[in-house]
Amino acid sequence: MTYTWDFAPVVANWDLLAEGLLNTLKVTGTALSCGLALGLVLALMRLSRHRLTSWPAGFVIEVFRTTPPLVQLFWFFFALPLLVGIEMTPFMAAAVTFSIQSAAFFAEVFRAGIQSVERGQWDGARAIGMTYAQAMQRIVLPQAVKRMIPAFMERAIELMKTTTLVATISYADLLFAANEISQKTFRPLETYTVVALVYFVLIFLASLLARQLELRLARSGESTVR
Amino acid sequence: MTLLRVEGLTKRYGATDVLRGVDLDVDHGERIAILGASGSGKSTLLRCLNFMEMPDAGTVTLDGQAIGRRESELVKLRQRIGMVFQQFNLFPHMTAIGNVMEGLRTVRRFGKAKARARAETELARVGLADKAETYPAHLSGGQKQRVAIARALAMDPELLLFDEPTSALDPELVGEVLTVIRSLAEEGRTMLLVTHELGFAYHVATRVIFLADGTIHEQGTPDEVLKRPRKERTQSFLARHKEFSL
Repeated sequence: MTYTWDFAPVVANWDLLAEGLLNTLKVTGTALSCGLALGLVLALMRLSRHRLTSWPAGFVIEVFRTTPPLVQLFWFFFALPLLVGIEMTPFMAAAVTFSIQSAAFFAEVFRAGIQSVERGQWDGARAIGMTYAQAMQRIVLPQAVKRMIPAFMERAIELMKTTTLVATISYADLLFAANEISQKTFRPLETYTVVALVYFVLIFLASLLARQLELRLARSGESTVR
Repeated sequence: MTLLRVEGLTKRYGATDVLRGVDLDVDHGERIAILGASGSGKSTLLRCLNFMEMPDAGTVTLDGQAIGRRESELVKLRQRIGMVFQQFNLFPHMTAIGNVMEGLRTVRRFGKAKARARAETELARVGLADKAETYPAHLSGGQKQRVAIARALAMDPELLLFDEPTSALDPELVGEVLTVIRSLAEEGRTMLLVTHELGFAYHVATRVIFLADGTIHEQGTPDEVLKRPRKERTQSFLARHKEFSL
């Protein structure tokens, strides 16, 4: 028994795939940028000496790192509207869930990066009269961020793949489009192969870009690329 | 005229008393070399003067003004007291001139052109005008330390603290750094220098302090302390240091 591959029906539905891809990128992009900003805030809060700021940050980070993303997504989509009475669109639920979820992971990456910067750098900054905030912003963070790029990339890739969960709350992402096409054309093997290929190309290109960025930053001799 | 007055400075790390009530007056233009065995509290003393370490007790008075512990006060104090470290602590993500400009730009809020001009002057003073655009990773240890000195000088400090500035250097690179420090001494700058270079201390310092067990064990002119030490511990410390000299 041989299977005859036929990609024509999948190609014929390229517009559905393109729309799905666009939506996937929208969710990933939103979660990535909000997650980075929120992650930095959480990391700085967690590093604070005041328990009133460090404990809430620790709580958010731990809760979102230890619960399954699918449960978080359902909670924001079904439970939150019941509790506070705001209508959640699938996109909103997805954006909020993955922003906070990736923020929790990014916060830990930020924290590790910040703590990896030698104490001498703080000394050098404080000795010329910098405040904690100035030393963090000008001296410590720029060095920490450089060291964090590989870990950030890893998380971003993980995030893009996790966003496929949004199909479960009928947000029309790439995987959702694939489900539709395979049901319509009875060509699931071809459809999912094409979708896997799209993810591969996208993520592979992103990693190449990140590597270029690392190499550029390596000029100053301080980087993860040898 | 007293520039810096230290009274009853005490510092504890856990159960260890590192400083046990140090009193010290530093006059304008004085150059004080601080000697002592490892663990005697030399570096801790220096680091307590600009509050890189928080003293457990005691006061530091600069120009008649007692220093509190609030960040805003410490930040102002540190602008007036320059510090040079054993490990240089240059900012690796900035060029040599970037390192020297940083304090002027971020702390003093100088404009770019003004900060750059000032930084160029300081780099030239330490003989590194041609290395302005070089990153620390591509500088030798001696060059790094000279950039670090320029970085401290750019803030126009009234007092300079050197914490074993040549201890991390290969022997052949020590000379270039000491030459720069001596030229600063000749300008009449006030400085405190923790060092193991006895010869340099003898020729450049106006006063030598020998620290033992967290207190000033003996002090005096370089001749008094280094040539005719009165106390036994000072004598044995110096003997150990001279054991292998020519």
